[in-house]
Amino acid sequence: MKTTLKLMTVLFVTLLLSCGGKEEKKKESISYGKKEAPVKVEAPKETGVPASKRIDLTSKGVGPIKSVTLGAEVDQKMVAHGADVYKKMCTACHRADKKFIGPAPTGILERRTPEWVMNMILNPEQMVKEDPLAKELLMEFNGSPMANQGLTEEDARAVLEYFRTLK
Amino acid sequence: MKNIITSSIAMFVILFGFTSCNNSSKSGSKSGALASNIAEKVYVAPGEYDSHYAFLSGGYSGNVTVYGLPSGRMFKEIPVFSQFPTSGYGYSEETKPMLNTSHGFIPWGDAHHPDISQSKGELDGRWVFINENNTPRIARISLTTFETEEIIEVPNSAGNHSSSFVTENTEYVVAGTRFSVPIPQRDMPIKDYKGNFQGALSFISVAPETGNMDIKFQVLMPGFNYDLSHPGRGKSHGWFFFTTYNTEEASTLLEVNASQNDKDFIAAINWKKIEEYVNNGGGKMMPANYAHNVYDEHTHTATSTMKKEVRVVNPIEVPGAVYFIPTPKSPHGCDVDPSGEYIVGNGKLSANLTVHSFTKMLDAIENKKFAGEAYGIPILNFEDVLAGVVEQPGLGPLHTEFDGKGNAYTTFFISSEVVKWKLGTWEVIDRKPTYYSVGHLTIPGGNSGKPQGKYMFAMNKITKDRYLPTGPEMEHSAQLYDISGDKMELLLDFPTHGEPHYAAAMEASIIKEQSQKIYKLADNKHPYAAKSDADTKVVREGKDVHIYLTTIRSHFSPDNIEGVKVGDKVFFHVTNLEQDFDVPHGFAVIGQNNSELLVMPGQTKTSVWEPKQVGVWPFYCTDFCSALHQEMQGYIRVSAADSDTSIKWSLGEDIE
Repeated sequence: MKTTLKLMTVLFVTLLLSCGGKEEKKKESISYGKKEAPVKVEAPKETGVPASKRIDLTSKGVGPIKSVTLGAEVDQKMVAHGADVYKKMCTACHRADKKFIGPAPTGILERRTPEWVMNMILNPEQMVKEDPLAKELLMEFNGSPMANQGLTEEDARAVLEYFRTLK
Repeated sequence: MKNIITSSIAMFVILFGFTSCNNSSKSGSKSGALASNIAEKVYVAPGEYDSHYAFLSGGYSGNVTVYGLPSGRMFKEIPVFSQFPTSGYGYSEETKPMLNTSHGFIPWGDAHHPDISQSKGELDGRWVFINENNTPRIARISLTTFETEEIIEVPNSAGNHSSSFVTENTEYVVAGTRFSVPIPQRDMPIKDYKGNFQGALSFISVAPETGNMDIKFQVLMPGFNYDLSHPGRGKSHGWFFFTTYNTEEASTLLEVNASQNDKDFIAAINWKKIEEYVNNGGGKMMPANYAHNVYDEHTHTATSTMKKEVRVVNPIEVPGAVYFIPTPKSPHGCDVDPSGEYIVGNGKLSANLTVHSFTKMLDAIENKKFAGEAYGIPILNFEDVLAGVVEQPGLGPLHTEFDGKGNAYTTFFISSEVVKWKLGTWEVIDRKPTYYSVGHLTIPGGNSGKPQGKYMFAMNKITKDRYLPTGPEMEHSAQLYDISGDKMELLLDFPTHGEPHYAAAMEASIIKEQSQKIYKLADNKHPYAAKSDADTKVVREGKDVHIYLTTIRSHFSPDNIEGVKVGDKVFFHVTNLEQDFDVPHGFAVIGQNNSELLVMPGQTKTSVWEPKQVGVWPFYCTDFCSALHQEMQGYIRVSAADSDTSIKWSLGEDIE
């Protein structure tokens, strides 16, 4: 008899506890050893040389362009197209051989990879957020954003070819 | 043993209690849990999209506002019939022609009934049409750019109210006159109205590809007031129905004098028959004078052309084209159900709703069962055409919409409610109060063969205590209901702008996908566009000075301008060189007598500035465009009228 009552009491308590389902099982989590440090975004190096003058021929930047092959010879047809696009879409902020709103494109391929240049044209919003050099450039040029002018990949490639002729 | 029984009973009671433990939200219709349920139904999480677009008429604001449903959030005001300093619409040189009429430049309009274009009886999301009541006009708004593309004035009309509803393939957008007038207009005593005034019902053709409007013909009807209209659809496609009141043809104290007849009419117009008649050379061209204004998306410029004649049709010369259906007591709304069978006439002063049958109407016509004629137009017998009556549903019926599931929803102005009733049985199923004095209501897909009946919203004329008070003048209020169940459920109040007489709404999917993000610079054909930095210049032509100005984050080019003189008329042609989504630039110059400009990427707009004082005056960008927005400015030097300062301009260097 007593046992029956006891059992019932247990059952009753269990039911009470389970109602609402708010009681969660707590598990003490124990960890050993050092915690892994969170991955740090690499801070831009303080080299003293402005980003526009620094040379980085390895970074491809962030964006749709993963690999560009430059022909041995400059493709003049592409250059003509690129010069036209550049004149229409870029000259509001860039002058070929002097710093204007943005940096001058002359000699750009001595400082940057072709992929980086095209990604900067095609994907500027993400570049200035995620690419360390682009980020520094934004600050160097007074926070003036590189505008996304909606160029096609073909247009951007042609502009790149045109840049090859600027020396 | 006894104990066991007692315990067992106790257990049962406890267990029973527990089974209902998580069900509390299902019971108790007024519980807090249910209230939060309603909140969830209208909650659109930050960054997420509404499921429906709604285009609300701005009434006397002259414009259209775009809302999201179910959130009731306003996204945009589209300027249509009224000047809009926010963007420069109606102030800029390019858009001033949009507001041209035979009465000259009209800066304001009274917008009423938006309607979305249709293909095969379904909303296709290409355009919204809307009527201007006061100076009769019909506008077409593009739903790719969300801009007004075309406005056509309607001659011989006065009080363009029974408008602007489209037929099921957008063959026509139809505009009927509320006020009858002498046609052609002439100097005559007002007391001679009866028998001498006429009411024009205009059928405006819509070009299938471009949407361009042209008045195909006007039916010159007896001098009644043509209040509202709707197209036939499905089986009744090819017909159009107009409610009339003031069949008494009173010209004074209509409040009393236009409420004498027990029945007025619904005019049934067989437009296909008249179209055929017109295509065979029927009707006659009469002299007229009306504006046709078209905005070109590529030149970013509107042109206004005055048209000099219009084709009119005398209805009695087209046998079988026009009939009158007697309908009780000054009917207001004239609504056709999705099948095209039922035509609902809401007699404002009647206690009952009258529903006519299209099939019965055809039958009566075929058997020539006429009760008489009015001005040569056959009148059908009320009983012959009657499909049914909704008995005593409320007071002051105005408008009816349909859910596509066999139900109709009618607004009652005087008793402030929406009543749901069943087509065919005419029984009232549900009623819900509105706050207060409802006018129109909208169900997405309302004027079509395929309503999208999840939501309904009522647009109320009186707001009073629904929101925090804002002095004597308040915005009107709309109320959103869930109509997916048997009973309507009030979900949300939201304020509207102006007086939204009516609204058109549809599911977001089609419109959302086609919405344009920028104007392509390459497609810009504006004669004064500066499409690159090399095109920027300042040109003097006599007293006119044209400044070809560009904007990009964050400077004007040029930003130093000299050589302008007092008395000159300076045209700032501002081209926004940006090609990225949502990067407009603004333009304001001190002492601008019109408005600012808001220039979208790839667009050119022009503001005229007439400097009156010598000095060096700033101009700047009004739209916060980048971190260097505050740096986006320029100076224009104004010299004395007789000075010899020459035209010069620069950017980034001093003018020498």
